[in-house]
Amino acid sequence: MATTVVPTETRAMDLLRFATAGSVDDGKSTLIGRLLYDTKSLFTDQLEAVEAVSAARGDEYTNLALLTDGLRAEREQGITIDVAYRYFATPRRKFIIADTPGHIQYTRNMVTGASTADLALILVDARKGLVEQSRRHAFLCSLLRVPHLVLCVNKMDLVDWSQEVFERIADEFTAFAAKLEAPDLTVVPISALHGDNIVTRSENTPWYEGPSLLHHLEHVHIASDRNLVDVRFPVQYVIRPQSTTVTDYRGYAGQVASGVLKPGDEVMVLPSGFTSRIAAIETADGPVEQAFPPMSVTVRLTDEIDISRGDLICRPTNAPAVAQDIEAMICWMDETKPLRVGGKYAIKHTTRSARAVIRTLRYRLDVNSLHRDESATELGLNEIGRVRLRTTVPLLADEYRRNRTTGGFIVIDESTNRTVGAGMIVEAD
Amino acid sequence: MGSHGERIGQLGAGAPEPVRPRRGDGMTSPAAYRVSHLDALEAESVFVFREVVAELERPVLLFSGGKDSIVMLRLAEKAFAPARIPFPVMHVDTGQNFPEVLDYRDRRVTELGLHLVVASVPEALESGLVQEPADGVRNRIQTPVLLEAVEKYRFDALFGGARRDEEKARAKERVFSFRDDFGQWDPKNQRPELWSLYNGRHHPGESIRIFPLSNWTELDVWHYIAREKIALPSIYYAHQREVVERDGMLYAVNEFISPRAGEKPFVEQVRYRTVGDASCTAAVRSAADTVELVIEEVAATRITERGATRGDDRVSEAAMEDRKREGYF
Repeated sequence: MATTVVPTETRAMDLLRFATAGSVDDGKSTLIGRLLYDTKSLFTDQLEAVEAVSAARGDEYTNLALLTDGLRAEREQGITIDVAYRYFATPRRKFIIADTPGHIQYTRNMVTGASTADLALILVDARKGLVEQSRRHAFLCSLLRVPHLVLCVNKMDLVDWSQEVFERIADEFTAFAAKLEAPDLTVVPISALHGDNIVTRSENTPWYEGPSLLHHLEHVHIASDRNLVDVRFPVQYVIRPQSTTVTDYRGYAGQVASGVLKPGDEVMVLPSGFTSRIAAIETADGPVEQAFPPMSVTVRLTDEIDISRGDLICRPTNAPAVAQDIEAMICWMDETKPLRVGGKYAIKHTTRSARAVIRTLRYRLDVNSLHRDESATELGLNEIGRVRLRTTVPLLADEYRRNRTTGGFIVIDESTNRTVGAGMIVEAD
Repeated sequence: MGSHGERIGQLGAGAPEPVRPRRGDGMTSPAAYRVSHLDALEAESVFVFREVVAELERPVLLFSGGKDSIVMLRLAEKAFAPARIPFPVMHVDTGQNFPEVLDYRDRRVTELGLHLVVASVPEALESGLVQEPADGVRNRIQTPVLLEAVEKYRFDALFGGARRDEEKARAKERVFSFRDDFGQWDPKNQRPELWSLYNGRHHPGESIRIFPLSNWTELDVWHYIAREKIALPSIYYAHQREVVERDGMLYAVNEFISPRAGEKPFVEQVRYRTVGDASCTAAVRSAADTVELVIEEVAATRITERGATRGDDRVSEAAMEDRKREGYF
């Protein structure tokens, strides 16, 4: 079955992160097992261990879910509790899978997995078609602005490879995705169990003219998903060597959030508003001519300006909002206490920390019906709503839909220090 | 109230405005801004190092002289250049080491001008903090020794070289992994980790384990060693060694491992895929004596590195999870 080879050469490889959502019933674990197996990323001892445990439990088939359900509690209860990360590579790409459980009580896990994903894979059972869960997954992917969506219509063998069944599901999903402003959508008819349309195109679907799933994952164009327009460089750390050999060095270290920085560029530093020019962009391997996402670099400026962690370097003509009043969608992740109007929290936004008070809860969104409940007074675990909040210090913020890095923030409970919410900025003023 | 027919992905934020080049920005095609997977992994790890040093009080890097901790140290060097690495390194020394690895550790620490903290298992055995296990494998008793050193030096952030591809319990580990004031990991109660917004907040006595190599695979590590021309302890490359075969694995005959009844030592061409305690780390048959040959071998292998070489992981299905709960790396 395997037609791919494990790479020994890496020059041409890039990185694609994708999230999968679904339950064992949809064949998600089988699909992941199949991708790992066919790209030779599944090892004999892992497979033998899973076979042995499956046999001991009396499973009728080798339960590939056991590959990812690594925690004792997950094995005991036969459920996926947490996001599991899996890795495989082909000569073209390295892939990171964030495998998330699909049920509604794990919405926070799916939001977590989707936050860094370039692509999301949603599975449906061809016999059942779209279900409430499929729509919820698509909605969460659009909320988190995952740029590419793939709907895998699985178990096509059980509907006799019917083109009609496939097209009905594809049409229905496409119509729904259009409402979500879902970016790029691909629909693939597959059988994860038998390997159809996974690595190579299947003879069972002569009517299907699209790529196999792996071919799509290898070729989907992700280079332009990055925002290369708006220069945003959150200062992470100031490098000032205490050394006799390197003197008077002051460099601003960070990871480029968006845009392209070049030596000589005129820049503005926020929140102060001072302007200067980029003197050099440095890395441990020497200076570079330009920096773009996701490079981690050190920027030096021509002028001595007081800059510290949490400040942001941008262009004078293209700056984010400097704002303390923030409109945001929030996914609540704390099982112990709900988000309440008037509640005070710590937030972390880029490299900047602040305190915030929830001023207004505009509505709570039903993630299945997308109905907005404007009478809601709090957000419980896994609930999503739109809030207005005020921060103690200004955030240097863009809309999340334009910039996933300068538009996202986390909410932290100040007494327990736990991460209790994920925020996506809708408007900052 | 209802939102049907509305483009809900907009979150009510007004008309969509596609991100597109603006005139005069000198934009070239996005393909010109290619980032290889190794560059992306490196950038992510460097970000993690800087984040920890910016936000936590007393970080330390766990340095064993194994390839993952060696790569981690290189990334730390890159994160703060031209300044020195702004934290010490710590070796939890079981007293059962491969001499090549100890030599490497000391040489590297001197080169980088680092402060080395040694948390010594032999000293802990002497003081009675831990007892020698019946089977002589000191893996598990490293944990109290590590935790004692963390308390003594008040370290609140420990960089470890663990990778998620190594083991299924590690597949669920966070990059910033919270430990309570007993150093324990609670896998069911982990902090959600979104975007690159890491939460390192903790109360006094608690700590965070940091795993900058979370998203690296064994093959990525080797590709990086090749690309960066990183020197490794010689035992990672093929060499002749006297070994015995035990539980299907090849153990070097040395001061820590003597042939048992029925075991016949023989000389074999081997290399080490992982380097840990010399009493429980096995070698694999290999002719790979260069980094390129090792990459070919790793790419072709069908057995995980821990499965092939670690006696300590063969105890039970959840051996790693159990050790991690107690505060293991």
